[in-house]
Amino acid sequence: MTRVFISKDMASLALGADAVAQAFAEAGCEVVRTGSHGLFAIEPLVEVETDEGRVAYGPVGPDDVAAVLDGSHGARIGAIGDHPFFARQQRFTFARCGVTDPLSLADYAAHGGWKGLEAAIGLSSQDVVDAVKASGLRGRGGAGFPTGIKWQTVLDTPADEKFIVCNADEGDSGTFADRMLMEGDPYCLIEGMAIAGHAVGAGHGYIYIRSEYPFAIEAMREAIARSAGKIAPFTLEVRVGAGAYVCGEETALLDSIEGKRGQVRAKPPLPAIEGLWGKPTVINNVLSLAAVPFILAGGAQAYADVGFGRSRGTMPIQIAGNVRNGGLYEVGFGVTLGELVNEIGGGTASGRPVRAVQVGGPLGAYFPPSMFHLPFDYEAFAQAGGLIGHAGITVFDDSVDMAHMARFAMEFCAVESCGKCTPCRIGSTRGVELIDRIVVKTPRAAGVLETMPQIRNASRSARTHDQEVELLRDLCDTMKHGSLCALGGFTPYPVLSALDHFPEDFGGGNALPEAAE
Amino acid sequence: MTDIAGIQTAIDRFMQSDTRGALLPLLHALQEEFGHVDPAAVPLIADALNLSRAEVHGVISFYHDFRTEAPARHVVKLCRAESCQSRGGAAIEAQLSHQLGVAMGHARKDGQVALEPVYCLGLCAIGPNALVDDRPVARIDSARVVAIASEVEA
Repeated sequence: MTRVFISKDMASLALGADAVAQAFAEAGCEVVRTGSHGLFAIEPLVEVETDEGRVAYGPVGPDDVAAVLDGSHGARIGAIGDHPFFARQQRFTFARCGVTDPLSLADYAAHGGWKGLEAAIGLSSQDVVDAVKASGLRGRGGAGFPTGIKWQTVLDTPADEKFIVCNADEGDSGTFADRMLMEGDPYCLIEGMAIAGHAVGAGHGYIYIRSEYPFAIEAMREAIARSAGKIAPFTLEVRVGAGAYVCGEETALLDSIEGKRGQVRAKPPLPAIEGLWGKPTVINNVLSLAAVPFILAGGAQAYADVGFGRSRGTMPIQIAGNVRNGGLYEVGFGVTLGELVNEIGGGTASGRPVRAVQVGGPLGAYFPPSMFHLPFDYEAFAQAGGLIGHAGITVFDDSVDMAHMARFAMEFCAVESCGKCTPCRIGSTRGVELIDRIVVKTPRAAGVLETMPQIRNASRSARTHDQEVELLRDLCDTMKHGSLCALGGFTPYPVLSALDHFPEDFGGGNALPEAAE
Repeated sequence: MTDIAGIQTAIDRFMQSDTRGALLPLLHALQEEFGHVDPAAVPLIADALNLSRAEVHGVISFYHDFRTEAPARHVVKLCRAESCQSRGGAAIEAQLSHQLGVAMGHARKDGQVALEPVYCLGLCAIGPNALVDDRPVARIDSARVVAIASEVEA
């Protein structure tokens, strides 16, 4: 019987993989459902097992079964690793994704699984933390804080119980790596969390998954049940979010697990010292934890050997939006934005010129093609007034209205603000109003209040367009420095970058002022 | 008619699991079973978890997912986030809203279908995307809008 491999990743399902799988099963094939290799353009992808290895075809429809099985199908790719999208990738974290049956413990073990955990158990807690430090791994959720240092803090804080929390509340538009890993290689995350538990002395872990990812929730729950014996005495459970973007912020996430409104906590105290239920807590992104098994199994040096500057290891970059070859591209840091968008991504799906890319989700900056020389690196992006965030890149063609996107950023912040701090809660709403007035070029008239004799320090005349833009910049400055967390604090990135790089969309060429910092 | 006894039974059943920080999992369980969290459940939940009614109400109203009214028979959740916007999401939203005869964020008066916003389904290179009664649908174009509209009329 011919064995064929078809992804059951949510993206593949959305493109009709279930019907394809059913058609192959009806034709008498043994169908193995895997995760996705990560290139959406070739989904639904079918890999046929042959004497020369797996031969891939994609995209494939349910009517193509015969042509695929006799090898005459036009969309023959050959070995998936030879496809240009995959040939230059460095898959450390996503090595198994798309290859194995995600829930098969035998597959996981046969493809190098549990080696990291076994190595960790043979080491002392401090040695494991030292290995993570030596690898140079930095938090993949966006902040880029060194993971080893965080673990050291938790290890050094005495407590009767400690927790490992995995942040799988991947709310940023343009990101899907966490989802793909949880659906395609859930044991990798479980192994990473078990290693973290051993490293800091924590007995229980939570994986907080957003409710928009029903397939990831199901996969993780099943994988936890099946691997319980393997990671014992460490235990894990899944907690499901409820549609609040702000719960991706680590302290809001902790409150949400505790059963409260997902409101941000003021720091300090750091979660590493007083986290979940006031106990020392490691809270890491899915990709940070999933990188750990490789580091322990392959050696910290092997991980640190790849990368750029102070950004070590690989980053699973997500190329999304209006792009021809969108998908997951894991590679060492240092690849340039232009390579990612034009060479790997193949330009826009619409065929029109690229006008802007947003890097790092809804709170990331918009960059014009003139900045495509930027290397993918935490520091380089910070210097350019942006962030790499969770490494999602959303491509826009020349039909995009950047003032509209700036307004959307403010609107999104207003909808999703947890309400705890004023710059975010009120500032975002004022920001929407301001951008609306700027775009239609009807600056605010002098209000009744300002004209009253008691008001001495307010302008009594109507504002000019330039004053409105200045006020928007001032508002962004307040939000950036006055907000408790990244939601209010980073919303200015898309707004200001749109204003700086695309002033023509805001009703006139406002000169870029000298950087004040 | 509010099924108070049924809600109490569901709460009692859930409480046997002895979950720490149980409020969100309990609300999910109730919504799973009854389709929504009835306001009449609030005092029962508060009593079971030793919380104030205000705390329970605060959590229900904070999270977008929790509904306090029965949902429409079909729910279409269309992504409004940046990646789908970059692929023409706004035009699709307008078309879908027109075809379904309901504004974004509302349920149709006959209770047949609701159109709800969602901010990212993690399918960001094949948008515009939607969940049609929890089934993911990608690359939505005019033809798919029509197909979705006829599907939810059934």
